[in-house]
Amino acid sequence: MATKILLENLAVEGIRAIDTYMANGGYRAVSKALKEMSPDQLVEEVKASGLRGRGGAGFPTGMKWSFLDKKSDKPRYLVCNADESEPGTFKDRYLMERIPHLLIEGMITASYALGANTSYIYVRGEMMSVIRLLERAIAEAYAKGFLGKNILGSGYDLELYVQPGGGAYICGEETALLESLEGKRGNPRNKPPFPAVSGLYGCPTVINNVETIASVPWIVNNGGAAYASIGLGKSTGTKLISACGNIRQPGVYEIELGLPVEEFIYSDAYCGGIAEGRELKAVVPGGSSVPILPKELILKTAAGEPRLMSYESLADGGFVSGSMLGSGGFIVFDERACIVRNLWNFTRFYHHESCGQCSPCREGTGWMEKVLHRIEHGHGKMSDIDLLVDVAKHIEGKTICPLGDAAAWPVGSAIRHFRDEFEAHVKHPDSCLAKHLHGAYAHAVPIMEP
Amino acid sequence: MSDLLKVTIDGKSIEVPPGTTIMQAARQLGGKYPPAMCYYEPLKNTGGKCRVCLVKVAQTSEANPRPMPKLVASCITRVEHGMVVENETSPEVLDARNGVVEFLLINHPLDCPVCDQAGECDLQNLSYEHGHEQTRYEEGRREFERIDIGPYVQLHMTRCILCYRCVYAADQLTGQRVHGVLNRGDVSEIGTYIQQSIENEFSGNIIDVCPVGALTDKTYRFKQRVWFSKPFDAHRDCDKCCGKVVLWMKGDAIIRVTARKNEFGEVTDFICNDCRFEHKQASDWSIEGPRDIIPESVIGANKYELPVVSPAVNVDAKFVSE
Ligand SMILES: Cc1cc2nc3c(=O)[nH]c(=O)nc-3n(C[C@H](O)[C@H](O)[C@H](O)COP(=O)(O)O)c2cc1C
Ligand code: SF4
Ligand code: SF4
Ligand code: FES
Repeated sequence: MATKILLENLAVEGIRAIDTYMANGGYRAVSKALKEMSPDQLVEEVKASGLRGRGGAGFPTGMKWSFLDKKSDKPRYLVCNADESEPGTFKDRYLMERIPHLLIEGMITASYALGANTSYIYVRGEMMSVIRLLERAIAEAYAKGFLGKNILGSGYDLELYVQPGGGAYICGEETALLESLEGKRGNPRNKPPFPAVSGLYGCPTVINNVETIASVPWIVNNGGAAYASIGLGKSTGTKLISACGNIRQPGVYEIELGLPVEEFIYSDAYCGGIAEGRELKAVVPGGSSVPILPKELILKTAAGEPRLMSYESLADGGFVSGSMLGSGGFIVFDERACIVRNLWNFTRFYHHESCGQCSPCREGTGWMEKVLHRIEHGHGKMSDIDLLVDVAKHIEGKTICPLGDAAAWPVGSAIRHFRDEFEAHVKHPDSCLAKHLHGAYAHAVPIMEP
Repeated sequence: MSDLLKVTIDGKSIEVPPGTTIMQAARQLGGKYPPAMCYYEPLKNTGGKCRVCLVKVAQTSEANPRPMPKLVASCITRVEHGMVVENETSPEVLDARNGVVEFLLINHPLDCPVCDQAGECDLQNLSYEHGHEQTRYEEGRREFERIDIGPYVQLHMTRCILCYRCVYAADQLTGQRVHGVLNRGDVSEIGTYIQQSIENEFSGNIIDVCPVGALTDKTYRFKQRVWFSKPFDAHRDCDKCCGKVVLWMKGDAIIRVTARKNEFGEVTDFICNDCRFEHKQASDWSIEGPRDIIPESVIGANKYELPVVSPAVNVDAKFVSE
C-alpha cells in the first residue's frame, strides 16, 4: 500500500469530530511545533521536505515562506486558498469535507511558522456545506485551546476565520482572492509587488492551497527529510488526484508522486481502467487549464519513457508533447469523446470567468468561444482553425494573471494534437452533430416535448 | 556616484531616478514611446490593464543580464540600472501590440462617423498605426443601451474599452465613490448604480480621461466634428478649479470647453463642471491664443486665426502679443 499522508484516517468513523481526530494522532503537530520548535525551524523543515504548492503552479512552499517579509513591522497573514473551481479539480473539497481538522491543524502550524496572528480560509461560495463544517471544526479547536490567545500556554495567539467567496473562479487567483477578502471586486493585481511583500491590506501575506497546508502537520510530526524520501526527485510526497471522465472508478486518490500514469489509469487501486471496456483517447492531467494529451503521449513521453505522475514527467516535452501536473484534476476521455465539443465547453468556462480587466483575456476568450461554437455546430471554416491558434497566441503571456494562459493552453494543445478532428468538423458538419444527438451525448441535448 | 538608473530603450539611453517606470523613461527620451490606453499618469493606480504598452525587456539589469521571460507592461514596470528595453524595434512587441489592438476593436462598434470622439480618439489613432485593414472577427458584437449620467454626461458602454480611467477619476477627483465596474469579463460595464447621477463638481473630467467615445459631453453632442472647430487656450478666475481650459470654437461661438491635455494626451489640471458646462459665452473667458496642437493630428488640419471677436470678448492682450 502506498504511503498516505493526507487521507490516512479517511475511513475512521467520526473523524470529523475533534475528539476522534485527536484520538487518531490529530493536533500532535500543534503541540510539537509550538512547544518544541521555533518558527524558523519549522520553515526549515518545510524547505527540507521539498513540498510544492498544490494549487497548480507547484512553487516550492518552503521557499515561498522564506520570501515573507519578516522585517516589516506590519502584521503578517496566512491565507488558505480553498476557492477550488478549476473544472476537473475537486480534491480540496473532498479533504475539507472528510477531515476538516487536518486543514485547521495545518493552518495553526503554518501560521505559527510564518508569525501570523490572524489567518483566513477563503472558501468557494458554493461550498456551503464545507463552510459549515469548517466553522464547526474551528469552534471545536477554540474550545480545546488550539486557537485563540496563548495557545497551549506557548504565548502564541491565532485567530482563524472562514471567509466564503462569491463563487468566482478568478477569486482563486491569489491576488484576486486578496482583493475579494478585502471586500472589493475580485480583480487580480499587477505583480510586483508580490503578496509576500504587500498582500492582504498591504501586509506581508502567504497564500497556500488547502492541500499544501494540510501536508504541514505530517511534516512537523515526521520531519522534512521523511517527507522528501517519499515521491520521486523534486516531486516529493503525495498528491491528491481527482479523477473523472469515463473511468470505472472516478474519485479522489492520494498517490505517491512518481506513480506511472498507466498504472493510475488502469490499476484497480485507482481509476480501474476505462468504463465499459472502451479505449482511452486523451487525458487532461491537471485541471482544465493544462494541455490535453492524446493516449500515446499521456502513457509515454515523446522519447518513449513511461510517463509518470510527477511535476517533471508530465511536463516532459514542454507544450509540444507534454502537459502539467497542475492542480491534479485528471480528466479522462474515451474513444467517443469529441475534442472539439470539449474544447468549446472549456472555452465557454474561461469566457464566463474572465474578470475582464485586461483586453487580451476579456476579448480573446469570448472570441475563441464563439468560433468554437460555430465549428462545433457545423458553421466552421478551415481558416477558423488557424485563427483560433493565433488568437490563443495573442492572449498567452500577455495578461495580468494566468487565467489568460489557462484559456489559451487548452486551445493550442487540442488543435496541436487533434487537428484532424477540427478539420472533420468543418468538412462534415452533419456527421459530427449526429454523433452528439445519439449515444454518449444524448443526455446533454435538451429534449423538447412537442 | 549618483543614484540615477541607466536604461536603454530602442538603443537610446537615459538616466532616471529610482521608481521611474519604463513608460516614463521612454516619454522622457522622446521619439516613439509605447502607446497607452489605460495608464494615465495624473491618476493613481491606473495602468497595467489594456496591455498595448507591452515591451520586451532584453536585459533585466546590469546585475541580472537575463531577459524577462514575458513581455511586460511598460506603464507599471520600474526601471532597473542597466535595463535594456525593446519597444518599436522588437517584432515580438509589435505583433503583441497588433494583437491587443485587434482585441480592443472586436467588440467596438466602429461607429466613428457618428461618434463625437472621432478625430481625438486614442483608439482611432492606435488602430491607424497598429490595426489590420480588415477584421477577422465575424461574430456578434456586444451592445448596451446608452445611459445618462447626470445632466451633462452620457455613457455609451458599447464603445468602452474598460480602461478603468473614469473609475479612478471618479474615485480620486470627487472624493465620493459613485461608479465602479459591474459584472465580469466582456460583459463588464461601468456602473453608476442604477443610473444614479454622478453629482459632484468634478464629474465632467471623466469625459476628458476617457480614451474613446464612451463618455461624452451632452452639451456638445453632435454639434461639430472636432476637426472643424478651433481650440484656444483660455482662463477665468474660478474658485473651484484652476480655471485653465481649452475653448473649442466655431466662429464666435464656444461649442465646447475641455481641460488642457499635455503632449501625452493627459490632463494634469482638472477643471470643474461650472467652467466646463456653464460658461459658454466668449465674454466669460480671457482668451490666451490658439492652442498648440500636434500638427499631424486631425485637429491640426485647420489653419488658425484668432476668432472674430465681438467687442464684448475679453481677449487678454498679454497672451496675444506673446
Ligand atoms: C484563474 C486562477 C484560478 C486559481 N484557482 C485556484 C484555486 O481555486 N485554488 C488554489 O489553491 N489555487 C488556485 N490558483 C493558484 C493560486 O493563484 C496560487 O498560486 C495558489 O493558491 C498558491 O498556493 P500553493 O503555492 O499552495 O499552490 C488559481 C490561479 C489562477 C490564475
Ligand atoms: S487575464 Fe483575464 S482574469 Fe486575469 S486579470 Fe486579465 S482579464 Fe482578468
Ligand atoms: S467609459 Fe471610457 S474611461 Fe471609462 S472605462 Fe470605458 S473607455 Fe475607459
Ligand atoms: S497603458 Fe500600460 S497596460 Fe494600458
